[in-house]
Amino acid sequence: MEHALDITLTVNGAQVGRRVAPRVHLVDFLREELGLTGSHVACEQGVCGACTLRVDGEIVRGCLMLAVQANGCRVETVEGLSDTQELAKLQKAFHDRNALQCGFCTPGMLMAAQDLVKKKTKVSRDEIREHISGNYCRCTGYQAIVDAIEDVIQHG
Amino acid sequence: MKAPSFAYAKPSTLAEVFELLEKHGDGARILAGGQSLIPSLNMRLSAPELLIDIGGLAELKGISIERGVLRIGALVTHAQLGASDVVKKHAPLLAEAVPHVAHPAIRNRGTIGGSLALADPAAEYPACALALKAVMFVEGRAGQRQVEARHFFKGLFETDLRPGEVLVAVEIPAQLEGERSVFLELARRHGDYAIVGLAAFKGAETRFAFLNAGPTAVLAKNTALKKSLAEAKVALKADLDPPADLYNSSATKLHLAGVLLERAWNALST
Repeated sequence: MEHALDITLTVNGAQVGRRVAPRVHLVDFLREELGLTGSHVACEQGVCGACTLRVDGEIVRGCLMLAVQANGCRVETVEGLSDTQELAKLQKAFHDRNALQCGFCTPGMLMAAQDLVKKKTKVSRDEIREHISGNYCRCTGYQAIVDAIEDVIQHG
Repeated sequence: MKAPSFAYAKPSTLAEVFELLEKHGDGARILAGGQSLIPSLNMRLSAPELLIDIGGLAELKGISIERGVLRIGALVTHAQLGASDVVKKHAPLLAEAVPHVAHPAIRNRGTIGGSLALADPAAEYPACALALKAVMFVEGRAGQRQVEARHFFKGLFETDLRPGEVLVAVEIPAQLEGERSVFLELARRHGDYAIVGLAAFKGAETRFAFLNAGPTAVLAKNTALKKSLAEAKVALKADLDPPADLYNSSATKLHLAGVLLERAWNALST
């Protein structure tokens, strides 16, 4: 592998060490090297939000960060937050409100939504829309997604 | 698409960065937050031999205020800028611009230095830098130099940065009592590229800096000298010559720039 580098990082609480080419972005590394296919890849230019991950506690675009840049970082994916039950309320609300159809955007949408849930106890629908403005959904028209996020933040 | 192959280095001192830049010349690109560079790599619009990741340089981070001057390290992220009470107090224009920069996940990685050094005509900070009379601190092997914002932005994605130089910080005079500023932007969807935007400042001097209304951020100089809004709106037509894009003609953009001018004028005079 040309220019390959050794990296170590924590992924969903487990220490991981691999040799990667610098050109590999973080979401491809997670999907292809580690089999964590929950984070989706679509636009690969930072527009759609399907690859939203958490790095050192903050959400980022998995396609706009190189795996080598995550060396030494704490990475969390939708699988990790699902396993720890952190997403349980949002997942239930998405289900109850029919906030997904094809489901492609859902992992990224949940990661972006949880970022808001974690930071706010009260929020307007406009703020919700603003916070998920970087996440595309081509099925739902967003209304039900905003409903679901609002349910979790307003009613716990 | 996927990025082409390149080498990667993460130096821990600026001296190492200068050494790598000298050795690799045009083949090297500086990687800061990567929120513009990595998409351009993924789209194969750019094919550097080497990425020099400056993300590990502690001296390029941090926000401080000293003797009425706000200093912001090149690696300060949009999110950090937006969350900073010091920025809110001393450069409210910048704090106001932050929510217009892309989306939360991008604001967590993208940096002020990266945005200024890229000089995208649609970016928010170059216009703020012009409106606030910011000074760029640029460093290279030969030492440090300071460049005023009005001399820094030279054209489309073109700055006064010379080969081998790195933008290390930006300094902004702290907003004084009685000075006012406002940031306005029109976009089709929150966080999208601006159709047109305006960073306006009113103190001893008034400055209107427009974004996405020219090859780079533009100071509407004659507009700022006018005493009435009506005169200013006329002057704006001569100050700006916005290029059309896929969705908006030059005339539309000029009209919308006038709309923002009116809003800013009213906001600054009440």
